[in-house]
Amino acid sequence: MTREVNDLYRRIVLEHCKRPRNFRVPPDANHKTCSDNPLCGDHIDVYVRLEQGAILDIAFAGESCAIAKASASLMTEAMMGRDTAHGRGLLQKFEQMVGASGAGPDPELGELRAFADVRDFPARVQCAMLAWDALRTVLQAET
Amino acid sequence: MRTADTGTLVARWRRAFPVLRSRVHGKPLVYLDNAATTQKPQAVIDAVSRFYAEDNANVHRGVHALSQRATDAFEAARARVQVFLHAAAAAEIIFVRGATEAINLVAQSFARPLLVPGDEILVSAMEHHSNIVPWQQVCRQSGAVLKVVPINEAGEFQFSDYERLLSARTRLVAVTHVSNALGSVTDIARVSGLAHARGIPVLVDGAQAIAHVPVDVRALDCDFYAFSGHKCFGPTGIGVLYGKREHLEAMPPWQSGGDMVRSVSFDATEYMPLPHRFEAGTPDIAGAIGLGAAVDFVSAIGLEAISAHEQRLLDHARAGIGRISGVRIVGTARYKAGILSFVMDGVHPHDIGSILDREGIAIRTGHHCAMPAMQHFGLPSGTARASFAFYNTLEEVERFVDGVCRVQGMFR
Repeated sequence: MTREVNDLYRRIVLEHCKRPRNFRVPPDANHKTCSDNPLCGDHIDVYVRLEQGAILDIAFAGESCAIAKASASLMTEAMMGRDTAHGRGLLQKFEQMVGASGAGPDPELGELRAFADVRDFPARVQCAMLAWDALRTVLQAET
Repeated sequence: MRTADTGTLVARWRRAFPVLRSRVHGKPLVYLDNAATTQKPQAVIDAVSRFYAEDNANVHRGVHALSQRATDAFEAARARVQVFLHAAAAAEIIFVRGATEAINLVAQSFARPLLVPGDEILVSAMEHHSNIVPWQQVCRQSGAVLKVVPINEAGEFQFSDYERLLSARTRLVAVTHVSNALGSVTDIARVSGLAHARGIPVLVDGAQAIAHVPVDVRALDCDFYAFSGHKCFGPTGIGVLYGKREHLEAMPPWQSGGDMVRSVSFDATEYMPLPHRFEAGTPDIAGAIGLGAAVDFVSAIGLEAISAHEQRLLDHARAGIGRISGVRIVGTARYKAGILSFVMDGVHPHDIGSILDREGIAIRTGHHCAMPAMQHFGLPSGTARASFAFYNTLEEVERFVDGVCRVQGMFR
C-alpha cells in the first residue's frame, strides 16, 4: 500500500472507524442536528447535551464511510466537556486544516491532526467535515 | 481465439489509447471506470483536431469549399452511425448532445403531445436517472402515470410483471439495454415484441450497451434507441437518437431556430425534412466527426470480439472477487455485460474507491445515478463498481482483485 494512502487511512483513523467513540444516542440530549452527503447518501446525526454553554455530553449515530465516522468519533472526544467558544475554535482550526487554506495543522487539534492529509483527497473533504457541519449549527446557535 | 493471441491483440488495441500509458500516483493507470466514460483512441483525437486544423466551417449553409468539406464530413459521420446501428436510413439518425438529451427529446416531442391524464409510461427498476426523470417530468406535465417493471434479486428484468403491467393505457415503454449499475443485459427484442403486440412503442437507453454488445436496431425492433458518443470512445457532447422514420416524421420539432427550417416568415415557417428538423442551431460538428472515427475504430475490431474479451475479463474478476470473504457481488444476472458492482462488509464504497485510486486503479463508487436500483438492494451508500472495456487486460483485473484484498486487510 502506498505511503499516501497510509497517510489518509492511518492507524488512528482505522481504529476510530472500527471502534467509534460516543457512537450512541444519549437519552438526555437537548440538541440533535444532522448532516447529509447527497453525493453518497451518507448521514450522521449529532446529539449534544448543552447547559450554560458547556458541552456536557456529545455523541453521534448514522451511516457513513471510514473518514466521516472516524472524524465524528474524534470530534466528540475533542468536544466532550468543553464550552461552545472552545468548540467553535476547534471547528475553525479543523476546517482550515482540511481545506485549501494551506495552513498547517494547529497543535491544539491533537489527534485530529490525523486528518491533515484529507486535503490531498479533495473528493473526501466533505466526508471529513460531515459531523462537523452538523455540530456547527449547535455551536453557532449558542453564541 | 487462444489466450496468447488475445493478449497480443489487446496489447495492440491498447497502444491506440494515449491515456492508457499514463501513471497515476506513481502507478500505471488501471482504468476500470468505462461505464462512466471511455478513453479516446488517437484516431478520434486526430479526427477532431484535423477538422479544426484543416476543414473548420459551419455546415449546411456556405457555398465555399470549407463549408462543403465540413458538411460532407458531418453527414459522412451520420452515415457511419447508421451502418453501425443497422438503421434503415441516415435520416433516422439525429445528432444530439448525449443519451440524456435524446430521451428528453422523445419525452417532449413524441410522448407529451400523445399523453392524457391516466395514460401510463413503463420503465424498469434498474434505470439510470436519465431514463426516469424525463418521464417523471412529462407525467407531471400531462397527468400520465409512471409505472415500474420490477427486477429480481439477480437484477433481471421481470417479464411476467412486464406483461401484467402492459395495459390499454400504456403509451410508451422505456428500458435500458444494459444496466449501468448492475451490468444486466435485457432482451430488448422480447420487450419490443410484447409491446408491439399491443401497439405500444419502445425506447431503449443504449448508453451502456453501445460499446459492449452488438446493436442492430432493426433486429431489436425498437422504436427509439439513445446513446452517448463518449461512452463509445468518442468525444463528450455528442450523442445519437435513432428513431423509426414513421415516428420522427410525425413528431413536432423540439428545439427550434436556425438550421432546422426551410423558410421563415412572420406568417409561416416551414421546417426542414429529417433529420435536420431535430437539429436546431449549429451542431457539434467536430464531435460528430469524432464519433464517426470512434465508430470506425470499434467496427474494425468488431463487437463480437469486444464482447467475448469483456466476458473473459468479467469472469476473471467475478472469480477473483468471489473468493474474497465478506465481499458480495451485486447484480448476478445470467446475461451480463462487463460491469462488476460489489460491496464489502463493514467498508464503505468510498473508502474502497479512495484506496484503489492511490494504487492507480480507477473505479466508480456510490449510487451510479441509479438510486432506485440501489434502494432495491438495500444499499443506500451504493456499491463499488469496476467496468471494463476491450482495452483492459487480465493482468489489470488481477491488480484490481489484489487491491480489493488489501482494502479488506486494512479494515480487518
